[in-house]
Amino acid sequence: MKLYEIRDLLKADVLCNEEMLSMDTDSAFGCDLMSDVLALSKKETVLLTGLTNIQTIRTAEMLDIKCIIFVRNKRPDETIVEFAKENGMCLLATKYTMFTSCGILYSSGLKGVDME
Amino acid sequence: MDELLNVKYDVASGDFIRGGEASSNIKKLLQQLGVRNDIIKRICVACYEAEMNIVIHSVGGYIEAKVFSDRIEITAFDNGPGIENIDLALQEGYSTASNLAREMGFGGGMGLPNIKRSCDEFYIDSKVGEYTKIKIIVYLK
Repeated sequence: MKLYEIRDLLKADVLCNEEMLSMDTDSAFGCDLMSDVLALSKKETVLLTGLTNIQTIRTAEMLDIKCIIFVRNKRPDETIVEFAKENGMCLLATKYTMFTSCGILYSSGLKGVDME
Repeated sequence: MDELLNVKYDVASGDFIRGGEASSNIKKLLQQLGVRNDIIKRICVACYEAEMNIVIHSVGGYIEAKVFSDRIEITAFDNGPGIENIDLALQEGYSTASNLAREMGFGGGMGLPNIKRSCDEFYIDSKVGEYTKIKIIVYLK
């Protein structure tokens, strides 16, 4: 699924790196606990989270996660958006809750990443 | 064995803004050395969790990375307060993290298990009131 399809399905705003929207992903992970995100080892995934602090970006950096989707209308502040931009990540923000966001994407064909 | 890289970064207690910088720097250095991406990811997970442990739980310490031709060694050392029961700390889900750490997405009790899972060799040593030292090794071949 292309990132622009995710944007359209979730009626999301693009916060940075819009040029990355043609990137493809075949799986997603939804979580507010960064250590659980770090327990993943799968390569290509996007992250849905309600956590908007700098450690969310750091966690994504460590795992080479290229797209973060903030749910529940959460918006990171400008410094965090800038930090993500510098690190080559595309940030999206949707008004849908975590459950609804995941449900929309899953029913549209995007699979989940399972813990090992 | 030839040492290809040896770097050391101080890690401050409670600094959730800069926490992760050492791991980020180490990641970039490993990329420059041409280390395989899957190995870098394992090192990064272990290194970042260890760094955040210093931020969350300790009075401060350092992260040291050494690269040899056949392995990468990461040492995370802090100056206390130490771990009373290491077996308990290694259990998934066990945590003594503060509410602030939880707000930042940590404190789920997965730090040490994630570190252990990411490496080929794992050593932990701690003395209450003095220090905690974690050393991990990831093989390059």
